[in-house]
Amino acid sequence: MNGRAAEALPADAEWTFEFIERYDAEIGRVAAHYGLDCYPRQIEIITAEQMMDAYASIGMPVFYHHWSFGKHFLSNERRYRRGQMGLAYEIVINSNPCISYLMEENTTTMQALVIAHAAYGHNSFFKGNYLFRTWTSAEAIIDYLVFARDFIAMCEERHGEHEVERLLDACHALMSVGVDRYKRPPKLSLLKEKERQREREEYLQTQVNELWRTLPPRQQREAAPAEKRFPAEPQENLLYFIEKNAPLLEPWQREVVRIVRKVAQYFYPQRQTQLMNEGWACFWHYTLLNHLYDERLLTDGFMLEFLQSHTNVIAQPGYDHPHYNGINPYALGFAMWMDIRRICEQPTAEDRAWFPDIAGSDWRETMDFAMRNFKDESFVAQYLSPKVMRDFRLFALVDDDNRERLKISSIHDDQGYAELRSTLSDHYNLSKMEPNLQVWNVDQRGDRSLVLRHFQHDRRALHETREEMLRHVASLWGFPVRLEEIDERGQVRQIGEAKVDRRRFPR
Amino acid sequence: MLRIIDRRNDSKNKSAVNRGRFLKRFKNQIRKAVGEAIQRRGITDIDNGEKVGIPPKDISEPHFQHGHGGRRSTVLPGNDRFHSGDEIERPKGGGGGGGAGQASDEGEGMDDFAFTLSREEFLDIFFDDLALPNLVKTQLARVDEFKRVRAGYTQTGVPTNINVIRSLRGAISRRIAVGSPYSKALRALRTELEQIEDEGRGDSEEAAELRRRIEALLARIDKLPYIDTFDLRYNNRIRIPVPSTQAVMFCLMDVSGSMDEPKKQIAKRFFMLLYLFLTRTYERIEIVFIRHHTQAVEVDEENFFHARETGGTVVSSALELMHKIIRERYATSVWNIYGAQASDGDNWENDSPGCRALLGEKIVPLVQYFAYIEIANAEPQNLWREYQKVQDQHPDRFAMQRIRSLPDIYPVFRELFRKKIA
Repeated sequence: MNGRAAEALPADAEWTFEFIERYDAEIGRVAAHYGLDCYPRQIEIITAEQMMDAYASIGMPVFYHHWSFGKHFLSNERRYRRGQMGLAYEIVINSNPCISYLMEENTTTMQALVIAHAAYGHNSFFKGNYLFRTWTSAEAIIDYLVFARDFIAMCEERHGEHEVERLLDACHALMSVGVDRYKRPPKLSLLKEKERQREREEYLQTQVNELWRTLPPRQQREAAPAEKRFPAEPQENLLYFIEKNAPLLEPWQREVVRIVRKVAQYFYPQRQTQLMNEGWACFWHYTLLNHLYDERLLTDGFMLEFLQSHTNVIAQPGYDHPHYNGINPYALGFAMWMDIRRICEQPTAEDRAWFPDIAGSDWRETMDFAMRNFKDESFVAQYLSPKVMRDFRLFALVDDDNRERLKISSIHDDQGYAELRSTLSDHYNLSKMEPNLQVWNVDQRGDRSLVLRHFQHDRRALHETREEMLRHVASLWGFPVRLEEIDERGQVRQIGEAKVDRRRFPR
Repeated sequence: MLRIIDRRNDSKNKSAVNRGRFLKRFKNQIRKAVGEAIQRRGITDIDNGEKVGIPPKDISEPHFQHGHGGRRSTVLPGNDRFHSGDEIERPKGGGGGGGAGQASDEGEGMDDFAFTLSREEFLDIFFDDLALPNLVKTQLARVDEFKRVRAGYTQTGVPTNINVIRSLRGAISRRIAVGSPYSKALRALRTELEQIEDEGRGDSEEAAELRRRIEALLARIDKLPYIDTFDLRYNNRIRIPVPSTQAVMFCLMDVSGSMDEPKKQIAKRFFMLLYLFLTRTYERIEIVFIRHHTQAVEVDEENFFHARETGGTVVSSALELMHKIIRERYATSVWNIYGAQASDGDNWENDSPGCRALLGEKIVPLVQYFAYIEIANAEPQNLWREYQKVQDQHPDRFAMQRIRSLPDIYPVFRELFRKKIA
């Protein structure tokens, strides 16, 4: 591609720090050539043991302590020792600078692959995608985690490990209903957090009194004869609601709830963009390394090893294969990004009909736009082409418990493309896949009970863990919690209740 | 901008705290598993880690999720036979096939959550049951003991170990050795100079030249380093294992019909604890198992704990056998002998005084320590009373205890451990 008198990069199996620097420099040069915009990179070399540590604390370099992380560590350790599980070659953290962990065991080729994949692919996605830009603060996350760890350690000292553990158990259980889907969270910063934390404690405590105010001023009482709902609008973020309104929580308990909520919020975009993000990183490691190969900087041996790993990562077993475990986000994501490039560069008549806007356009601009402005759900709805559906031989299946048999609703043919695409898009819509649960009402005048409402979709009921979940909610709320279910015909019925014996948070 | 950080030497056990929290939280389940493991293990096998399983229900982390039922649609890859509108049977049991694509139901396998306890963690729980004092726990859990002794000098070491005398002695001899050619030349020059001066030519060119050369030589000698790294000598200390000898441990147990399984389990822990103590003190330990009812036999461990016998009880038979074995195989000059006896206190009435005589006069004088536990709730019988007399006779070598639950075991050994720790 260019006239450089190229000398191949070293391909010894054993990597050295010098190799890593050279590979990074070359990959970075090509990435800049393609216009990838990345955070500064921080590469950390770790051992397998440390990788398991990182796994256990959801990949974060600092984190507070909890038994569940110990549980994950033990199960990973066992599976790893028995050879049932390979460890990931890398973990990458959405922070600025962007931290990638590289395993010491990797060969030189694998380190190069991982650098291209994580330090450039994921990195640019974190920096560019709108969800990460709006929901997470890459600059502040590490500081915030340090704050969180110290704060929780302090709570353990003051109030006892047991008490903190029970609180965290309850919060962890509610993590999935502890995210804002529409509001922008305020910026995080260690200093600000610490400064404001005490202020917030006091302020929050005064706000809670809303619930206690049983004797409103006379004129108000006359002005508002009708039963007023609280909250005025149903709320989707249960943890937030509890943090702000649970009457009996101590200030430190509110802060712990807040920490868990913030962490859940931080990870929410990753769950919403897994397909895009992994696909994007695969596309770029593939493209960048192939570019270097074309420049004759990489040896054939390197390419063979690289392609073998690459092929394993993007393999998609069929639905009836013993190793089938859902649609592989690496496979579909990679295929879709490659397909977008193809549509831009070599559009067929079909592509022109389906994608008139992007067929024949500049592929880098088009991909950049898609990376910045979509999440999995909308990405599939917008860009999944008939060709990819055919290549994957996708088909949609309806499992209706009112019917005896399963029905194939659509397959990869002209009649099916549109429906298939929207079905798959729904799959990546977390708010459709997860139960729709809302804070419905608080009985302010009566027993202060909290009512949650589950909005049924397609007659899907809540899992039986709901009983245990209600106990967790009740332990935070401090008063009875009732769970209602509203089906699609608008019928409401109560499906669970958790009472609280003691009025204080359980000691 | 690129920053590379080598974290490989950072602390490896970031998860240790979380692991500890986990063990603490599930202490009851783990304790149960450890109890089962002890039942399964041999006495000499106490000193290892253990695989432990916990039912998955106990450790699940719930969250709100959909249950079964309702209408759901799935997209699957790899269509090889279907057309739109096809209907297929719902696969049974959720395995394989089309409809099971919804495998994301948070893999709730039925297998136990299994993991491995380290040796330390295992012993910790074992000790916990026995209510051992902390000092004893650390002593028992400790790995082999070494003593550091002097072993001459080395040329490398840490500054605190520098041996000043040796180093300076080395420096002096080095200075002498390295400087000797110069000294020799110096002596020659001085003699020459004296001659010239004697001849009255002290101001001549020749004398000045000699003086210059003498100056130069003195300067060179002066430049020899007073002390060099080469001279440094360090005290050398090496670790040698604490001198250890051999011991034999006699396990005596009543296996008459009244010793049921729980009682045997208590006895087993009693023997294990003594064994652990001995492993810390002696390098080589042999164990002799003697079981008895009306007659005593020497058996292997398997038969010791698991064979069932019935009939009456004659304790002296076991003591006689023990005495015979000591005489034949374990000379007191070479062996440290320990005895541990477990029984439910039953004995043939007329035998007990004989036991006392045998124990008090023949056996206890031969052994380091003899411990007796009586696992029973009933009133002490004649054997206990007779043994009490032995205890009065040998208060520092003989210990006895009535045991209702595990924490009662430790006091039997209290003397033993106290002696060791002191």
